[in-house]
Amino acid sequence: MAFAELLEDSAEDLYENAPCGYLSALLDGTIVKVNQTFLRWTGYRAEDLVGNRKFSELLSAGGRIFYETHYAPMLRMQGSVREIAVDLVCPAGGTLPVLLNAALKYNADGVPVLTRTTVFDATERRSYERELLRAKKAAEESEARAALLAETLQRSLIPPALPKIAGLDLAASYRPAGLGDQVGGDFYDVFETASNDWAVTLGDVCGKGPEAATVTALARHTVRAAAMRGRRPSRILNTLNEALLLQRAERFCTVAYARLQRVHSRWRVTLTSGGHPLPIHVTADGVAATGRPGDLIGVHDHPELHDTRMELRPRETLVFYTDGVTEARSGNEFYGEDRLLRVLRAASGGSAAEIVDAVSTEVVEFQDGMTRDDLALLAVQAAAL
Amino acid sequence: MLSMAEVLERNNVTVGGRVDGQPMVFAHGFGCDQNMWRFVTPAFEDRYRIVLFDHVGSGHSDWKAYDPTRYGTLAGYATDVLEIVRALDLRDVIFVGHSVSSMIGALAAMEEPDRFASLVMVGPSPRYIDEGDYVGGFSREDIEGLLDSLDSNYLGWSNTMAPVIMGNADRPQLGAELTASFCRADPEIARHFARVTFLSDNRSDLGRISVPTLILQCSDDVIAPKVVGEYVRDSIPGSELTMMQATGHCPNLSAPDETVAAIQRFLDAPRDRV
Repeated sequence: MAFAELLEDSAEDLYENAPCGYLSALLDGTIVKVNQTFLRWTGYRAEDLVGNRKFSELLSAGGRIFYETHYAPMLRMQGSVREIAVDLVCPAGGTLPVLLNAALKYNADGVPVLTRTTVFDATERRSYERELLRAKKAAEESEARAALLAETLQRSLIPPALPKIAGLDLAASYRPAGLGDQVGGDFYDVFETASNDWAVTLGDVCGKGPEAATVTALARHTVRAAAMRGRRPSRILNTLNEALLLQRAERFCTVAYARLQRVHSRWRVTLTSGGHPLPIHVTADGVAATGRPGDLIGVHDHPELHDTRMELRPRETLVFYTDGVTEARSGNEFYGEDRLLRVLRAASGGSAAEIVDAVSTEVVEFQDGMTRDDLALLAVQAAAL
Repeated sequence: MLSMAEVLERNNVTVGGRVDGQPMVFAHGFGCDQNMWRFVTPAFEDRYRIVLFDHVGSGHSDWKAYDPTRYGTLAGYATDVLEIVRALDLRDVIFVGHSVSSMIGALAAMEEPDRFASLVMVGPSPRYIDEGDYVGGFSREDIEGLLDSLDSNYLGWSNTMAPVIMGNADRPQLGAELTASFCRADPEIARHFARVTFLSDNRSDLGRISVPTLILQCSDDVIAPKVVGEYVRDSIPGSELTMMQATGHCPNLSAPDETVAAIQRFLDAPRDRV
């Protein structure tokens, strides 16, 4: 086998026909040597370039600015540059996107005398990169839209303002988990079912995200619809339970529901809880959870639910909350019910807003400001006489 | 209000040279950082106090301090310069500005002329885009082409420029501390800075410069061609222009000796000091 013939011992051939362009220039940019590959790619003739043109003149105007402000200074400072993307202007018109590597050649005294540049045709790669950049921009825009959607959706699931009820002082606090860019599962609602007959509901759908959000919407609206047809809280939650099972949402929720009827100047309350933390009755004499626990909603065919009757006297408050409060964490510690009772006891003399504020501030501080779960609080206080 | 320490940190200010010398403040231009002066400043270290800094968004400045509104015009950068000058309580400042920093220095000197003794403008241009009879050297399309260039090199710039220390026995003076951070900038900030620089128009400000000014004009500078340098000289009362043999836009890098000599001549010339 004439192996020797295959040996590439012609340096000139290696240079001229390399799979990349070679170009050498003086420090002022004047081209002094260029290989065949470069000429073939661009369409220039050697005699047009060598001794006649500067390398930067082969670049588009924008590229020339880039050359003078970035490329050339970097080359001077560092002795080489790598993977610089520029467009070469071809004599026949049109541009050739290329990637450049360049290095300074020094003389014996360490003074730079030449620049040596390799030129890679980057047509495909440049198209690919442009596509990547486009896709990246599109993805960023998409994300921004999604975040806006989540925020809008969130706002629609929480009543924007609590109704003004004669004889009742209401306040609520809602803090979505984390950065608020995911829709949460906590919801609350206050609405009138008849004259002097009000419904208060607060619940927690398991999970976050769009699927939880649809269940949240379903829960809120089903409760409203059911409350118009019947008044008994346990029956209303039963209806919600059926709706969830029918929907095959495969998501359960916990709900606390209270009917508040104004009788003369007093408020008669009927409470039920479907798997939800019992609301806390806050009075001047003490604080305690009130009601009887019931089953989760959306799991069993016939959930066990109980109605508890009580009275809300003037300046007394019922505080509803989601487990985002009691399960708030600081390290290995949970905020817990004891702390909640304590802060409620301390705030018991205040208005509904003051009570809600006291709790939510403490909980957020407990978690060092970053909420991991949604947090919802609703306080209903009977007005003083 | 930022404290002195915060200003110095924000702009990565380095101070050297003669402790009681007249201060020379060197400002880099678009695309680089304070390292671009490293072949020039040594010549002045014996006689002058040398102050170097990075514009916010370049070099080792605090990129997080970049505010698109503040830096939406060159005035924002000029404010930074004044904050540095005040933080160090500099008087009789010789401000050496490369490229767009010539204009930044001019704006600063107009704001507080008492603090500045003279201006050295290396490759200045008050406006880069042609308009009517004015030749800036570029069209609007050219500038859009530059922004495309910056975008194309975004993917390369964003993950640190690969270290390119030559490790060259011939050049031991390029110490190990010269890392690939040179000419590295946040791509978004670079794009904004490019826009602000190349769309700027400070022609009407030139007439209000009241300090002695030197313009260093390179032959064959595409960014700041001779006709622009002459326009600047003609517009600044009492200014002088030195034509250099150096070519390109960065004589402080490509011809440091010639640059130093030109500045030295200007500083040593007898002049009425106010």
